[in-house]
Amino acid sequence: MSPLLQVSGLTRLYGDRVGCKDVGFELWPGEVMGIVGESGSGKTTLLNCLSARLEPTSGTVAYDTREEGLTDIYAMGEPRRRMLMRTDWGIVHQNPRDGLRMGVSAGANVGERLMAVGARHYGRIRAQAAEWLEQVEIDTGRIDDLPLTFSGGMLQRLQIARNLVTHPRLVFMDEPTGGLDVSVQARLLDLLRRLVTDLGLAAIVVTHDLAVARLLAHRLMVMQGGEVVETGLTDQVLDDPHHPYTQLLVSSVLQP
Amino acid sequence: MNTSQGYNFAYLDEQTKRMIRRAILKAVAIPGYQVPFGSREMPLPYGWGTGGIQVTAGIIGPDDILKVIDQGADDTTNAVSIRRFFARTAGIRTTSRTEEATIIQTRHRIPETPLSAGQTIVYQVPTPEPLRWLEPRETETRKMHALADYGIMHVKLYEDIARFGRISTTYDYPVLVDDRYLMRPSPIPKFDNPKMHRNPALQLFGAGREKRIYAVPPWTSVRSLDFEDHPFEVQKWSQACALCGSTESFLDEVVTDDKGGRMFVCSDTDYCQRRRDAKEAAE
Repeated sequence: MSPLLQVSGLTRLYGDRVGCKDVGFELWPGEVMGIVGESGSGKTTLLNCLSARLEPTSGTVAYDTREEGLTDIYAMGEPRRRMLMRTDWGIVHQNPRDGLRMGVSAGANVGERLMAVGARHYGRIRAQAAEWLEQVEIDTGRIDDLPLTFSGGMLQRLQIARNLVTHPRLVFMDEPTGGLDVSVQARLLDLLRRLVTDLGLAAIVVTHDLAVARLLAHRLMVMQGGEVVETGLTDQVLDDPHHPYTQLLVSSVLQP
Repeated sequence: MNTSQGYNFAYLDEQTKRMIRRAILKAVAIPGYQVPFGSREMPLPYGWGTGGIQVTAGIIGPDDILKVIDQGADDTTNAVSIRRFFARTAGIRTTSRTEEATIIQTRHRIPETPLSAGQTIVYQVPTPEPLRWLEPRETETRKMHALADYGIMHVKLYEDIARFGRISTTYDYPVLVDDRYLMRPSPIPKFDNPKMHRNPALQLFGAGREKRIYAVPPWTSVRSLDFEDHPFEVQKWSQACALCGSTESFLDEVVTDDKGGRMFVCSDTDYCQRRRDAKEAAE
């Protein structure tokens, strides 16, 4: 068995400033990895580099493609990379408005990926869209409503449905629960946990919320100033932090 | 009609015509691909056919016979003034009979009379980019064309069916040319789309404001996009043309009074007139 994603020496510089520096790890199928750290620590830069949206200054990101095994995603051609992004991968944005088409109905949003990979049967596209709306606990009666009329939590779930419709193997999530109130957050986390387990998804979750990381992630990477300062199993990192920054991070969590 | 003095043949200077012809050659070589060209100021406003008129000026010769239609009619302001423009600046013959013309410049229609090999039809195009209302960035739409990444167009058709129960796009209906490039056929009704498929005439498209020329060479496949369970259909009317009785042509609804009176007549005036003439002659 080979890793799903193999990253080595990944560096992204913005001029003189460091986005992220010398990051390397392997992600295995079905594994959920959390990336935590304060604002500006390079989490999102790293995620963008991993998900083929931001070319790194140096280093490689290799993905285990279905046809050819581990392949550098920045060395393959753009058509293949795009195909990968809309079939094998999912990208869940922090702000669902970035990941959704706000001008078309919920059904069209979910069906878009299917149509992009060649589905041309309206009835079947619609049936699949309805099925996925049900999966993410959105009333199927709202399939023809515009996302503008949805609440924040529903938008985020719609975005997740839109990403999962092509049965991806790897999902990138940037603060999936950011900006949601706690009860909605809890429901979304439950849903994500269920989907990840049921579908055997691998995921990389960027978050600054340690509770989210504890619930979702199997493994954690702690970032500070663009560098990974500590990695390990989630419980291990959170219960017995070694690096001074991680200790600070863990001790800063408010207890209600 | 006498030729105006002081203009080059067909108004544009020779260098400009050469540039336009180069763009046309490239467009013909890559069916459906939008070729940028250096669109000139023409003595008519944008939106009135500056693209079409430049293409026509680029290809017209002293022996050509020109027909110009606007919404199918030969006698509307736009059609009359463009026809007169070329009669004056190029001294060429004009006609309203479709089969007699060697060049047909059109806005919004393809004539009902089938075109034949050797004829050229020039479309006036307001917005050449089919993906424009779905993706505002030009860099991105170009990339989508390069990668034949056209799934998003079906999102629009999906949305039509979800809202109206059928594909409600009735004009400027997107087509795939030669199974490769997505193309906007200019605002012709979708009734005319099947006429573009494997048409023996050369079809040229000019967009003056957007500075693009594209083409469909003779006998090229032009397929209208659709869904397997919602196939492409053209408009149908429950009545025949009130003037010539045709049941096969594209009909315009004309309001005749303020009491709800209306009639349906052919939009192609040449076709309608000749059918009426033939009927009279037979009687």
